[in-house]
Amino acid sequence: MERLLTAIDRTGGVNLLPLAVAFVAFFLIGVPSSWVTLTVAGLAMGMMIFLMASGLSLVFGLMDVLNFGHSAFVSFGAFVAASVLGWLAGWLGSESVALNAAAIFLAFLAAIAFGLAAGWFFEAVIIRPVYHDHLRQILITMGALIVAEQMILAIWGGTPINVPRPNFLEGSVLMGDVAIEKYRVFAFLLGLVVYLALKFTLNRTRIGLLIRAGVENREMVEALGFRIDRLFIAVFMVGSALAALGGAMWAGYETLITPALGAEMMIVVFIVVIIGGLGSIEGTLLGAIMVGLVANYVGFLAPKLALASNMILMMVILLWRPNGLRPAVK
Amino acid sequence: MSLLSLKSMQTSIGQYAVLHDVSLEVPEGGVFVLLGRNGAGKTTTLRSIMGLWEPSPGSVRFRGTDLTEMHTADIARLGIAFVPEDMGIFGGLTVEENLILATANGSFDKAALERIWRLFPALETFWTKAAWSLSGGQKQMLAVARAIIEPRELILIDEPTKGLAPSIIDAMADAFREISANTTILLVEQNFEFARSLGRDMAVIDDGRIAHAGSMADFTANTDLQESLLSLSA
Amino acid sequence: MTQQINRGERFVKLVVLLIAALLLFAPFLFQDIRSLEVAARICVFIVLVASYDLLIGYTGIVSFAHTMFFGFGAYGAAIALKQMGPGWDAVILGTLAGALVSLVMAVAIGLLSLRVKAIFFAMITLAAASVAMVLASQLSQFTGGEDGITYKTPEIFKTATKLAVTEEGKVARLFGVKLNGKLAAYYFVFATSLVLFLFMIRLVASPIGTVLKAIRENEARAEAIGYRVVAYRTFIFCVAAVIASLAGSVYSIWLKYTGPETALSFTIMIDILLMVVIGGMGTMYGAVIGAVLLVLAQYYLRDLMGSAAEALSEIPLLPFILEPDRWLFWLGIIFILLVYFFPRGIAGTLSEKDAKT
Repeated sequence: MERLLTAIDRTGGVNLLPLAVAFVAFFLIGVPSSWVTLTVAGLAMGMMIFLMASGLSLVFGLMDVLNFGHSAFVSFGAFVAASVLGWLAGWLGSESVALNAAAIFLAFLAAIAFGLAAGWFFEAVIIRPVYHDHLRQILITMGALIVAEQMILAIWGGTPINVPRPNFLEGSVLMGDVAIEKYRVFAFLLGLVVYLALKFTLNRTRIGLLIRAGVENREMVEALGFRIDRLFIAVFMVGSALAALGGAMWAGYETLITPALGAEMMIVVFIVVIIGGLGSIEGTLLGAIMVGLVANYVGFLAPKLALASNMILMMVILLWRPNGLRPAVK
Repeated sequence: MSLLSLKSMQTSIGQYAVLHDVSLEVPEGGVFVLLGRNGAGKTTTLRSIMGLWEPSPGSVRFRGTDLTEMHTADIARLGIAFVPEDMGIFGGLTVEENLILATANGSFDKAALERIWRLFPALETFWTKAAWSLSGGQKQMLAVARAIIEPRELILIDEPTKGLAPSIIDAMADAFREISANTTILLVEQNFEFARSLGRDMAVIDDGRIAHAGSMADFTANTDLQESLLSLSA
Repeated sequence: MTQQINRGERFVKLVVLLIAALLLFAPFLFQDIRSLEVAARICVFIVLVASYDLLIGYTGIVSFAHTMFFGFGAYGAAIALKQMGPGWDAVILGTLAGALVSLVMAVAIGLLSLRVKAIFFAMITLAAASVAMVLASQLSQFTGGEDGITYKTPEIFKTATKLAVTEEGKVARLFGVKLNGKLAAYYFVFATSLVLFLFMIRLVASPIGTVLKAIRENEARAEAIGYRVVAYRTFIFCVAAVIASLAGSVYSIWLKYTGPETALSFTIMIDILLMVVIGGMGTMYGAVIGAVLLVLAQYYLRDLMGSAAEALSEIPLLPFILEPDRWLFWLGIIFILLVYFFPRGIAGTLSEKDAKT
């Protein structure tokens, strides 16, 4: 086993891991059409989880702040988007693709706007007083999560909410005998666009350079004359907005959401950043895709194991690489 | 008036008082060497000047401006560069990216860049390499290069020769000599030979206090003083 | 840090002694079933919260898996009693099995994550706890799933059991209290809780406690002095896990029912966090104060809020605020404020105030 892992490492690094998983799953599943469906579902799920997790990972990398309340942005994003979609139900049902697209665009925009505002509030009020105190940070963000969940319960009630989908994303595309849900393709592509935009920002802009440098060595960036605390607010807000967008997309994916959504996603998001390695966007993507694929394959092959599959995946990867697959250079 | 003036600076890290009373006048120009045993407080002095630890009570003045309450970033913007003991290289960034971060507006001044390449040719060779792949000496060169890519008034350098090969130390000494022609350097050093060859003025810090300050020439001549302050056998 | 006992500390100890006395005589002082329920819950939670305090207060590491260990103990005893029948052999076997599972899990989690990064620990324990919750509802043939399990406990704890009889053959009374199995069960809970709590008090006063405090104050320094920080942390994590597990077993015997809500739910974890923060971390006595306050509030304040909301239903906004469903919302707010302004909790703040003057 160990020799196999090092061999993989040599031939292309950990990036090949999802491919290997998909390859093994292909033979275990045996039915190509099911395999394609599951793989697409896994990739779509992975991309949405990536959006939810990327902010958490960057925020931790940059300021050593672990925000247990992060999943509140996910659930608020989902509910805000669901409400907007509910109001625009007329547009969604229309035959016009333009109106469809406008509705879903507005819903996502509302989620993003909410995420930015809530992120600012969260950073300034909840987190800033406890920057350098991990214990109180965990406790306070946990307290904030409780309050946020109660607010969702108070505003939207405890009963599951139906999320209408736009007409043009309903149904599947048939390719031979393989049916691929349109929404999954949409979610995957949107996630990919966001990932590429993030990657471009981090690698090709001065702000991105500062963030990457700050993740490695905060003090040195300050000694070069940059206020990292101001940069941090921006990153925190963007991270929260991405989480809200991820939640909004998730709402459309599930089509039925409950207030427990945040708590459920929190565990998955944590597992993703632990697997991927804190502080690196590539690692987070890798972790998210792995979790998405494994969850779907195992859900098909051994439904009883599905819920524990993430946990087992995390254990295996931590035993192999205690700092995650692709942690930021520290 | 001296360029940098520390007045009875006291710094505590957590509950441990590291600096008890550090008063120092660093004149403009040349290399000022701060010597002292391990744990005497040299690094803490530099970090306190830079605002990375907060000295209290006591004051740090730079050209008359009080730095004590200022943010590290604002201190840096006054024209003070810091080369920490661990060099503070961003390993995941390329040599070029490390340097461009140190510029004021994100673009290189051609003359400054050529000067760096002349002083440290290795940096031009590995220009697009990730900084973690550099050797220890090359990393130190990069760290110093970051400090001089923009015109600065004062450069704080913490033990730049630590763990370096003799040939690289010589190159470093040449570079410092050239830099110090128009920039003041406050150099913390354990390597007395290196320090002696560069320093014009010097001070010895011991147990969080300035134990001696004067010219390097006088200190070099006085072996008894060296013996008692640095436990050096001449 | 000083050894001298100041007034604040003495006051805290006095309060704790008073609580202990009240709990000791609870069946006689408050003669209704609900009060006894509250008293037993307080006993169990004092142990549970104190064991959590060993972790958070004495080493500074945050675990979210404490209910998981509590649940292992509870389900261990519950499953044994269900499968083997209501005997002491089942109680002992189930309790030991629960404690063993807790120990093994604690060692595994500790070795896997305590050496990496303290912050990973919080995340990994959270993930582990959620898996335990899922497993409990999935393995319904053993755990009863969402419904939980009801079972009988040893004969002596049955309400119908007469500990002493009068000449007419009726159950004897002492100061008006029936000397029946319920009373025996309460004193079983009280005694085991007391023993476990005293053990923990002893533990933190021992050299191990001193080392733990040294690690909490300055990890790097403790490591430099030569303490094996990871080993100590793993050790204390295991101790805390086993004690939580024992508390779970005791509670399951008292309740005669074990389900996700009573033994595993995340709400219990939140309760523990609230209790330890309200009471005061790193004091042990804080656990007592926090547990008493919060359990009392849970049982009585909620009702009060409900009736107040009803009574004030005419006035706008007030009923919304006092709505019993908003309970957790207000607790969350109080929790945040406490962590900001009184991070040392009630016990810590009281002791500290006096120490400064």
